[in-house]
Amino acid sequence: MDLQTLIYLFVGISFAIYIGIALWAKASSTKEFYVAGGGVHPIANGMATAADWMSAASFISLAGIISFKGSDGGAYLMGWTGGYVLLAMLLAPYLRKFGKFTVPDFVGDRYYSDVARLVAVIGVIFVSFTYVAGQMRGVGIVFARFLQVDVNTGVIIGMAIVFFYSVLGGMKGITYTQVAQYVVMIFAYMIPAIFLSLQVTDTFLPQLGIFSQTTFAFNTGVEVIPEGTYLLHALDQSLLDLGFTEYTKPGNLWNMFMLTTALMLGTAGLPHVIVRFFTVPTVKDARISAGWALVFIAIMYTTISSVASFSRINLIKNVQNVEYEAFVNGEARNVDGTINHGKWFQTWENGGLLAWNDRNQDGKIQYASGAAFDGKGGKPVFDAENRDKDGHKLTTNGKPIAEEEELAKSNGIANELYVDVDIMVLANPEIANLPNWVIALIAAGGLAAALSTAAGLLLVIASSISHDLMGQIIFKDKVTGRSTLNENTELMWARISAIVAILVAGYLGINPPGFVAQVVAFAFGLAAAAFFPTIILGIFDKRMNKEGAISGIIVGLTFTFGYIVYFVFLGGDPKNYLFGIDPTGIGTIGTLLHLIVAFVVSRMTPPPPAHIQDLVERIRIPSGASEAIEH
Amino acid sequence: MSPEKAQAYWRENISMIVKLLLVWFVFSFGCGILFINELNAIEISGVKLGYWFAQQGAIYVFVILIFVYVKVMTGIDEKYGINE
Repeated sequence: MDLQTLIYLFVGISFAIYIGIALWAKASSTKEFYVAGGGVHPIANGMATAADWMSAASFISLAGIISFKGSDGGAYLMGWTGGYVLLAMLLAPYLRKFGKFTVPDFVGDRYYSDVARLVAVIGVIFVSFTYVAGQMRGVGIVFARFLQVDVNTGVIIGMAIVFFYSVLGGMKGITYTQVAQYVVMIFAYMIPAIFLSLQVTDTFLPQLGIFSQTTFAFNTGVEVIPEGTYLLHALDQSLLDLGFTEYTKPGNLWNMFMLTTALMLGTAGLPHVIVRFFTVPTVKDARISAGWALVFIAIMYTTISSVASFSRINLIKNVQNVEYEAFVNGEARNVDGTINHGKWFQTWENGGLLAWNDRNQDGKIQYASGAAFDGKGGKPVFDAENRDKDGHKLTTNGKPIAEEEELAKSNGIANELYVDVDIMVLANPEIANLPNWVIALIAAGGLAAALSTAAGLLLVIASSISHDLMGQIIFKDKVTGRSTLNENTELMWARISAIVAILVAGYLGINPPGFVAQVVAFAFGLAAAAFFPTIILGIFDKRMNKEGAISGIIVGLTFTFGYIVYFVFLGGDPKNYLFGIDPTGIGTIGTLLHLIVAFVVSRMTPPPPAHIQDLVERIRIPSGASEAIEH
Repeated sequence: MSPEKAQAYWRENISMIVKLLLVWFVFSFGCGILFINELNAIEISGVKLGYWFAQQGAIYVFVILIFVYVKVMTGIDEKYGINE
């Protein structure tokens, strides 16, 4: 079967499964819509959490980012997994015992204040929308690259699918769909990774592949690195030859520390992750469910760093000093005389993820440190109409032939290549010459990763609107303090909110504000500074009151938001960074400020009322969670 | 459950959390960041130890920690007769 048919087949089958599950798991009450009825098995919930958590960015971009960052990339790997330890010990069990449906529920009840509830609702919506816009874009991009449809058509197809199972099934539909999506994405990630590991190091498990020796000799352009060299030695040496720093050499440890902390705290503060622990039957299940979630995440996350190093070495081995025309026509040779297939190079040049600017006019590709193009971040601008006589895509902002000074930095080699980070995962099967069905699997996996995260986020947005905003603030009975909406009306509002959220997310996916890609990384800093301390203090500090909580949220959020906006969007000079901290890691300081302000303010204002102190006592004791308070 | 018993339970929970989070900190921030250069002097089959902790090892430790916490807390819950 040809590639296109296989892709349609794989994506079609996976979509049919998702829709089938949606029909089977239709939500019939608000409890089923918000928290899947609170009866999900902890292992199933762990799997769903993993799919919810691992976004299009984890699946498509993370290996590539680490591939180019090397040692410092560890911040992402530790940061996006270590937060689960905090979730398991500091949040999940107590929030499950609390037994309501959403994060604003907890904030509003614990801090006996509708102002706090409203601030939480706004925070949840803001963080989730910035995140979801990136996911919808991701859906569109995967469609565009693999199914040859327009990005916007891709976004609309994605919206239709998510619409179907989240509006119909709510949390119940989403949870069981995510279990299926996890299975699809883990196969899609592991199979190419295992093939790649076998090819580069002759080792089956990618996790162990980095401890092995290379199966090939290759020329870095400066020297030949012999077969049988330890993989990371070969990588360090070749990067050194080409003017980069060594792959395994740590960079700025202070910023790595800050970024890791911000990502961990952000993970533990993200509403769409927290809400997952409301769906299991007991407190013990909530604890163990966090463990299972991390197991399922770890399978992929421990593979990512291996994929990153394998694909970087593969890139150098395959493209360095290879003659373009022979390469793309499958006539180029490796050091050992085998054929070096280069069809993929042209495919991804057409996809805009690779660009070559033959600066020294020798007809061969050279790869080294430094930018080959004048665009921001070394990005190329393609010439839409013309191609060079050897068939490569021309660009309009290529740098001219290199000066002595540039050449001196990289052993006489001037970089002629632009490589997008996404290529490290997307093009792997083609670079490794794997069968077509593996490529089709990657397409289905990328879609599963994007759709599962988008659905989880949309549900959180919908429930904070229908449950918290409508039910607990707007339609609240002033006397009894209860919602005046009946079950069916609230369920209807939940479905309407989900529809609106999907339409807004789709709009953001089709017309992405220029800053979406950057904002997604900052969603973590904001979640860390806004939610993590409020929830932790609500559980662990009985004396914490509404004055402390509200001022803490405001200070944490404003500081973090202001710092990011000033340095990233208003052109603040990095020389003025507070303690030299990069904006991606500033959430750590925001969290710290939040904690300090909340503590000081709470001690200067009256303690919370007795029934709130009783509530705190109650959530600390695990028994009786299954008879959660209904409302 | 009496207030004294509840307090004793909570103290045991906190002390467990503090111990486990100490381990969490040592293996992630300690081995993977603060002492990465020192640990990188040790190399196994071409892989520097500090690098390995930051990119793989810490994740295994995280998984183990959560399951240890679940096991210990189940024991403490039983001791206080509040397991389900």
